[in-house]
Amino acid sequence: MSSENIATTHHQNEEVAWQGGHSPFNVSYGKLMMWYFLLSDAFTFASLLISYGALRFSSPTWADPNKVFSAFPGMGHREVPLGFVSLMTFILILSSVFVVLAVIEGHRNNKQGVMKWMFGGILGGAAFLGCQAWEWTHLIHEGMNIWANPFGPQAFGMLFFLITGFHGFHVFSGVCLNIWAFVNTANGEFGSRNNGYEMIEKVGLYWHFVDLVWVFVFLAFYLL
Amino acid sequence: MATTEIGLDHHLSNHDDHEHHEHHDNFFTKYVFSQDHKIIARQFLITGIIWAIVGVFFSVLFRIQLAWPNESFPILETLLGKWAEGGKMSPDFYYSLVTMHGTIMVFFVLTAGLSGTFSNLLIPLQCGVRDMASPFINMLSFWFFLIAGLIMFSSLFLENGAASGGWTSYPPLSGLPEATKGGGMGMTLWLVSMALFIVSSLMGGLNYIATILNMRTKGMTMFRLPLTIWAFFFTAIIGVLSFPVLLAGAILLIFDRSFGTAFYLSDIFFKGEVLTNHAGQIIEGGSPLLFQHLFWFLGHPEVYIVILPAMGMVSEILSTNSRKPIFGYTAMVYSIMAITVLSFLVWAHHMFVSGLNPFVGSVFVLVTLLIAVPSAVKVFNWITTVWRGNIRFTPAMLFAIGFVSMFISGGLTGIFLGNSSLDIPLHDTYFVVAHFHIVMAIAAGFGMFAGIYHWFPKLFNGRMMNEPIAYIHFWITLIGSYCIFWPMHYLGMTGVPRRYFSFNEFDTFGVYGDLNVFITVAAIVVFCTQFLFVFNFFYSIFYGRKMKTLNPWKANTLEWTTPRELGHGNWPGAIPSVYRGAHEYSKDGRDYTPQHIPDSQLDNYNPIIAEAVK
Ligand code: HEM
Ligand SMILES: [Cu+2]
Repeated sequence: MSSENIATTHHQNEEVAWQGGHSPFNVSYGKLMMWYFLLSDAFTFASLLISYGALRFSSPTWADPNKVFSAFPGMGHREVPLGFVSLMTFILILSSVFVVLAVIEGHRNNKQGVMKWMFGGILGGAAFLGCQAWEWTHLIHEGMNIWANPFGPQAFGMLFFLITGFHGFHVFSGVCLNIWAFVNTANGEFGSRNNGYEMIEKVGLYWHFVDLVWVFVFLAFYLL
Repeated sequence: MATTEIGLDHHLSNHDDHEHHEHHDNFFTKYVFSQDHKIIARQFLITGIIWAIVGVFFSVLFRIQLAWPNESFPILETLLGKWAEGGKMSPDFYYSLVTMHGTIMVFFVLTAGLSGTFSNLLIPLQCGVRDMASPFINMLSFWFFLIAGLIMFSSLFLENGAASGGWTSYPPLSGLPEATKGGGMGMTLWLVSMALFIVSSLMGGLNYIATILNMRTKGMTMFRLPLTIWAFFFTAIIGVLSFPVLLAGAILLIFDRSFGTAFYLSDIFFKGEVLTNHAGQIIEGGSPLLFQHLFWFLGHPEVYIVILPAMGMVSEILSTNSRKPIFGYTAMVYSIMAITVLSFLVWAHHMFVSGLNPFVGSVFVLVTLLIAVPSAVKVFNWITTVWRGNIRFTPAMLFAIGFVSMFISGGLTGIFLGNSSLDIPLHDTYFVVAHFHIVMAIAAGFGMFAGIYHWFPKLFNGRMMNEPIAYIHFWITLIGSYCIFWPMHYLGMTGVPRRYFSFNEFDTFGVYGDLNVFITVAAIVVFCTQFLFVFNFFYSIFYGRKMKTLNPWKANTLEWTTPRELGHGNWPGAIPSVYRGAHEYSKDGRDYTPQHIPDSQLDNYNPIIAEAVK
């Protein structure tokens, strides 16, 4: 078999997406793997949240989120139901917006722009983690932990700490990734790659996912 | 996970026609920390074979206990020390053995050893790719598997023994470290090992999916893919979507065991006292059923993770060796797809007698029985593929036929069990043991043997395995396996429960003494026969006959266009393009039509020249 002949006959159908020889969705394998990873991770979170649902609905009582989450740092004993968590959510969404802007700058090949917005994203993530640390400390101080819960059934406490902790761990790893991406942008590594700032898009995907999951966690513990 | 992808160079991803540069590897980069998919496939395979020997040996040990519960075997004491004082196995050890046997065989042998080996070997070779999408993540996938295995292995040497709560590890038993001997450190290591295994399978799966979707060679449309690739593709999808659920389940269990939460526990009385947690409160609010749901949401798809790759390989081997196109290729693809979807919707058929709401149970009966439809389509198509074929009984072909036989025998009992009313008496009896060993364990094992005999030349530098030994291996294994598992149906139908250490206390089951001895003898014979295979395997790696042409089975698929001694990058020249489907045998007067020859050149195709060893 001679390979030359083959090489000349195969352009006929190159335009068709699934013909082989190129990606059918026009995405790199890296992004594809990230998407599938996120899908998989979504299943982990979904299982945890469904477990939450199952335990919650088998419990005769539940804690009132407006009572549990009513403290605000610096406000003393004034009650601000859900005030602090709204702030946290806002910070996280804001940081997602920053990362979107970093991706856009990446498409423009603008290193300074990527760095600026990525830095914002990192700050937002770190601030969220700080808020979460404060909230946890406060609740533990009030006597709520994975074994006991003065506001209601034990299950509330253990689910709350496990699921927000698991989410916080994701935020933490997202911040690490963002820092890594920031450093590699700063030292020109991404700029010199032939796929440019695609890595910013990939860590960005992860970051938005973490953000999206928070919406569900927020819904489950604070709103419902 | 995301971090691992970083720092990869992309030279393998744009599978262009550039000349490939040979690396000057040393032993470590070539065979140990290799990123070459073929070496990783070998690593998975050899690790899998070692695990299989360990896992099957365990079953021989506990079969000895079941056959001769009253004898004592001094050799056991020599072998096992304090676990068999006076030559009698201790019940704790029996349960550890059963648990380890199940875990090892299902996850390490039939998931990693089977799908890990052949997905790695065949996806790049049959899709026409130089290597996996991300060779680095692929390498990590093996290393996570190896470490998971080492941790599991080390748990065997713990003071209190390995985990002993069954491969399904149901709480509350598994949730209470103090309840059983193996429930302490053994169970903890089991969970850690499983978590690492999940990471490994996730990394492998992501790679398989990305490679198949993104990197097929020119002309290789999805519907020209060999059925093997379709099977690996859906296996990977099932893995990526179901293992994370087990991960969530395992995390909750780890918290219950090590940090005093109560996700799965509620109102537990232990040694006459009610259990309290660190804060002095009664443990309550959890649900052991929750674990069963999370476990079986993985557990049922897992059985398809095990069987689909075997199905794919068997389809390919049956078609090649009957010299006929696979009957109903499209139907085969859609039935794999249907099985994939349905496999996520049937998990509660393992829970009919758990206290599940009977209405929910009836819904699961319906969906469970639906899955028999695509399964039957596949069986039908295999039979019609072989029907009036020009059959060549190669060892691979025999094992493929054996697979079909096993799958039918075991699938039929699945239909019994899928009806909740029949399952009530049959659940947790030897009937279930018979069902899943025949339909899954033996069938997938046969698929694995078929794959090894068929693709051995691609695994090990063009060497072939010895055929006479393979025939002996096949016949004894086939007959022996039926002898082991067929009688278990009768045990189960009269209610003999599974997972019992001894039946001495039950007069009714006394009549089965001889049958149990028969089963054990068959098991020992089959176990010993496998050493023929092991010998053949390792001997052939070094001294096997080299294949005389590049395409010993006269197959159509792309892996047979590669050189006899495969280098890094698979094809020394350009990657072949593809012009037709993978299973076109005996068409238009041609015995076979390789995928990579354009229609216009078919008449000039001379296998003697084209397939001569270069
Ligand atoms: C027609 C298709 C099938 C049906 C209707 C079916 C049904 C069932 C049911 C209802 C059970 C639970 C029995 C009990 O515990 O009481 C069961 C157990 C099992 N099945 Fe199947 N099955 C089918 C095919 C398969 C296949 C193809 C595999 C694997 C490749 C498989 C593997 C297993 C395993 C491993 C178990 C036992 C798990 C355990 O309890 O340890 N089954 N099957
Ligand atoms: Cu099942």
